[in-house]
Amino acid sequence: MDWFGAYSWINMRYLLQGLLVTIQVSVISIILSFIIGAVLGVVRYSKIKYVSAIVGFIIDLVRNLPLLLIIFFTYFGLPTFGIRLDIMVAAITALTVFESAMCAEIFRSGIKAVSPGQMEAARANGMTYVQAMFHVVFPQAMKLMIPPLLSQFVSLVKDTSLATIIVLPEMLYHAQNIYGQNTNYLIPIFVALAGMYWVVCFSLSLLAKFFDKRMSA
Amino acid sequence: MIEIFQTYTAEFMQGMGMTIFSSLLAFAGSIILGLVCALFEISPIKPLKIIGTVYVEIFRNIPLLVVTMFFYIVIPKYVMPMSGFSAGTIGLTIYTSAFFAEVIKAGINSVPTGQWEAARSNGMTYLQAMHHIVFPQAVRIIIPPLGNQTITLVKNSSVLAFVAGFDLMYQANQISSITFQQVPTYFIVGILYLIITMPLSYLMRHLENKLEV
Repeated sequence: MDWFGAYSWINMRYLLQGLLVTIQVSVISIILSFIIGAVLGVVRYSKIKYVSAIVGFIIDLVRNLPLLLIIFFTYFGLPTFGIRLDIMVAAITALTVFESAMCAEIFRSGIKAVSPGQMEAARANGMTYVQAMFHVVFPQAMKLMIPPLLSQFVSLVKDTSLATIIVLPEMLYHAQNIYGQNTNYLIPIFVALAGMYWVVCFSLSLLAKFFDKRMSA
Repeated sequence: MIEIFQTYTAEFMQGMGMTIFSSLLAFAGSIILGLVCALFEISPIKPLKIIGTVYVEIFRNIPLLVVTMFFYIVIPKYVMPMSGFSAGTIGLTIYTSAFFAEVIKAGINSVPTGQWEAARSNGMTYLQAMHHIVFPQAVRIIIPPLGNQTITLVKNSSVLAFVAGFDLMYQANQISSITFQQVPTYFIVGILYLIITMPLSYLMRHLENKLEV
């Protein structure tokens, strides 16, 4: 084991570049899956004829498939249909598809938890369905949804590591390159890798816990 | 698509068997480890509490793939030889047990403290009170989230593909690299995964509705 060699600036900088890609992919996927998840969740909740049932079925399908399969499909499967995505775009697309289905379920159950009287009162005051949803029900549901959403985003950050399989240059992939050169670096690099993931995810978890405490108080 | 399935039925079935086998092993392991960790976390003995909390907080915040890779690459080099399947399953067990522990802990904590006090004041020991009074009440609350974690476990077993664990995902890669027919292969594999996870997820929804009342 060579701890000093492994933690040289060159290796650490390389690993941190990987972390940057991990964070980039995570942030973009989080924003996209938040928006798409919110729309899908509301659509599924709203019970629009046929549309809600179809959306609900698709959400259930995606939720029950492994993310790895979705990543493979977007990168290796889509070119068959003439859609050739860049590695980064493919990773973001796959993560967004999977996580927005997960978020949609969180949104739906959050909205369901707001008492129906709120919606009725808003409608009785002359708001349209969309207005009532947007100004009255959604803000109240948001309070309940923040902790589960944050823990979903923690797992999104962790799941970006699966994209090494399509050679996305993120942290795990860079770590593999480093210990591939010198096997004495194996344990130190694994420790550094796990440590960096841990710091990112644990701070998000703490945030989730903080909101959880504030909501329940 | 049907042609590929007919040609490679044996491989697909072997993969599915491995996925189910690995999931079952990891499920059993995670239940035991998770239960122990949860009991550690809520125990009144300080050192046990610290061990439980540290274990859960570490493995909940590290990607499954990193844990699995550790067992696949580091352990064989320094400790003992290990096949891809066992490395994958052990990684999966350790990772999932942290989540199971959280679920079990939350379930036990949701039992009103009055139940504890009543049991203890009737002369039961801590373990008796836990075993006969608190835990049976907690199980009702634990089952739905535990089911959801189990579905996640089955899906996560696809990381065995990274470590040559011969699971469904691994076979999918093998077959699609032989036939160059990615889309039909992934389609079949997707359906096979859904055959495992969909019934579980409907069962969970049913249980959730039933236990809610």
